[in-house]
Amino acid sequence: MSATIRRGRRRRGWSSQERGIISGPEWQQPRIRWAVRGLQAVTLLFLIIAGLGPLLWMMKASVTPTQDTIRWPMALWPNGIDLGQLATAWSRTHIDRYLWNTVVIACGSWLSQIVVATTGGYALSVLRPRFSGFLTMVVIATLFVPPIVLLVPLYLTIVDVPLIHARLIDNYWAIWLPAAASAVNIVLVKRFFDHLPREIFEAARVDGAGPFRLFWSIVLPMSRPILGVVSVFAVIATWKDYLWPLLVIRDPNLQPLSVRLPTLQSTTDLGVFIAALAISTIFPIFLFLIFQRLFLNGGGLGGAIKG
Amino acid sequence: MSSHADALPTTRKALRHRRLRLTRDSVSTFVFLIPMLIVFGLFAWFPILRGVVMSVQKTNLVDAPTWVGLDNFARVLADPQLGIAVANTVWFMLLALLFGFPVPIVLAVLMSEVRRGRGLYSALAYLPVVIPPVVSVLLWRFFYDASPHGVFNTILGWVGLGPMPWLQNAGTAMPSIVIEATWANAGAAVIIYLAALVSVPTDLYDAADVDGASILQKIRNITMPYLRSVIAVTLILQLIATAQLFTEPLLFTGGGPNNATLTVLLLIYRYAFTNSLGGDYGMAAALSLLLAAFLALFTAGYYWLTRSWSTSQ
Repeated sequence: MSATIRRGRRRRGWSSQERGIISGPEWQQPRIRWAVRGLQAVTLLFLIIAGLGPLLWMMKASVTPTQDTIRWPMALWPNGIDLGQLATAWSRTHIDRYLWNTVVIACGSWLSQIVVATTGGYALSVLRPRFSGFLTMVVIATLFVPPIVLLVPLYLTIVDVPLIHARLIDNYWAIWLPAAASAVNIVLVKRFFDHLPREIFEAARVDGAGPFRLFWSIVLPMSRPILGVVSVFAVIATWKDYLWPLLVIRDPNLQPLSVRLPTLQSTTDLGVFIAALAISTIFPIFLFLIFQRLFLNGGGLGGAIKG
Repeated sequence: MSSHADALPTTRKALRHRRLRLTRDSVSTFVFLIPMLIVFGLFAWFPILRGVVMSVQKTNLVDAPTWVGLDNFARVLADPQLGIAVANTVWFMLLALLFGFPVPIVLAVLMSEVRRGRGLYSALAYLPVVIPPVVSVLLWRFFYDASPHGVFNTILGWVGLGPMPWLQNAGTAMPSIVIEATWANAGAAVIIYLAALVSVPTDLYDAADVDGASILQKIRNITMPYLRSVIAVTLILQLIATAQLFTEPLLFTGGGPNNATLTVLLLIYRYAFTNSLGGDYGMAAALSLLLAAFLALFTAGYYWLTRSWSTSQ
């Protein structure tokens, strides 16, 4: 039964646009068919070992007693299972606190990026003041400056913020605010707003909606797809960040997980340490599995590059 | 800026028909611009200019900055560590090109022919990309354990190869970092290539079939030329990213053994943040600018080169 389904699917596939490099007649040749299938199986095996292997190893080692992991690192099945390591990592090494710090930092970065990207994109795309062309240009110009040029002066700016003369070291605003200065976000959102139908805005205006009403009740509800892309990439990027939080958050009690993990290594039992690594990986993987489509359709990345 | 927009005569605004007439309300336009202007002003435009200014100043956090001319640049260029860092960075870029460049293309071409379950392939390939770099590095540092009981050395032992020193030897440290970095980043490139492969017009393949082209000929004469522009862009982005390698050498080796993995970015970090005499921000800014200028020239040259290359075809 599955064979008939497969054949039907295949025939449909070949006749329409779905064909790739290999043609229908070529696929009929057993030699080619088996060679291609073999290559695909090898590819899948390679991806499972390379992509999933290290993660599975980490999951296993996080519940394997340390001595087992050190003596037989590649043993498929541990002698004993020690779930206590996960609990120890969670409570005794304060992973719970650092994870919470990471969550707070990620939420704040997300909110500031969304606020700046939507209001800025709205002003540049829909309201279009006279100087919007110039503004768009200087925003995009920052894309061409490698982040490294910003590192030291941005750090000094955080130490003493101009105009308000505040010191933002050990303050999460030091991460939230610079994260929002993302030209990629502005470009993505602006481009999305550019493609919204102008007639709707005109109609809303005729009905007496002002710019704030138009933004809140019409533009924002229509832009869920792009907000999803910006949100997911904002959260993942913050979760992955290491250097910047290392520089601006000095107080260990406030540091996110990524900054704490390297210092924990020397003082923590190996099994507990790998359990801590596993705990800090679960959330990004979870997010990826839920929003696979956003990541894999290249919505954020490919779009940004082609733009 | 709001007064500037206020002064705009309404008649001229009405003439720009593609723009909404909402601009009349320029105060609210300005309100919407404020978050972007503040954030970009303080944390993008200002620091970029400041970085340029800092490179010709002596800056510490106590005294007012003083003008020193090109002294920072002179000291950077005279630093014996600069040559090591540049050589290491170029070595890393070359190795990354060798491993990290062909792997995603081959994977993407193989995956593009998968009819069912391509999502599974893509998800597996992309999975390492979402793992925080700190976690991957710390995990791989354990894999690279140089004792015979290390993870990779155990695997090598199965096929009778001796234990490798991995990160502890000046010769093998950088290739070890490249392998980890390729593992961590290849997935993103695979997804980009896959998207480009799917958009190859199928009638090109149909036409090639009529002409009796073999599968490999089709790959060589249709798929690869079609991918060329995407490859060109991805390649330059990869090179720019590899030139700014930082987290991996810092956490794997700290730049060692014997400065074998000291990269340019790590050197900038050392100038500014791990200097026992207090941060030398001027030198760090000068080296950052040199790197940025090099990347800009490199990109321009590359763009010019690939342009003539694709038009000559």
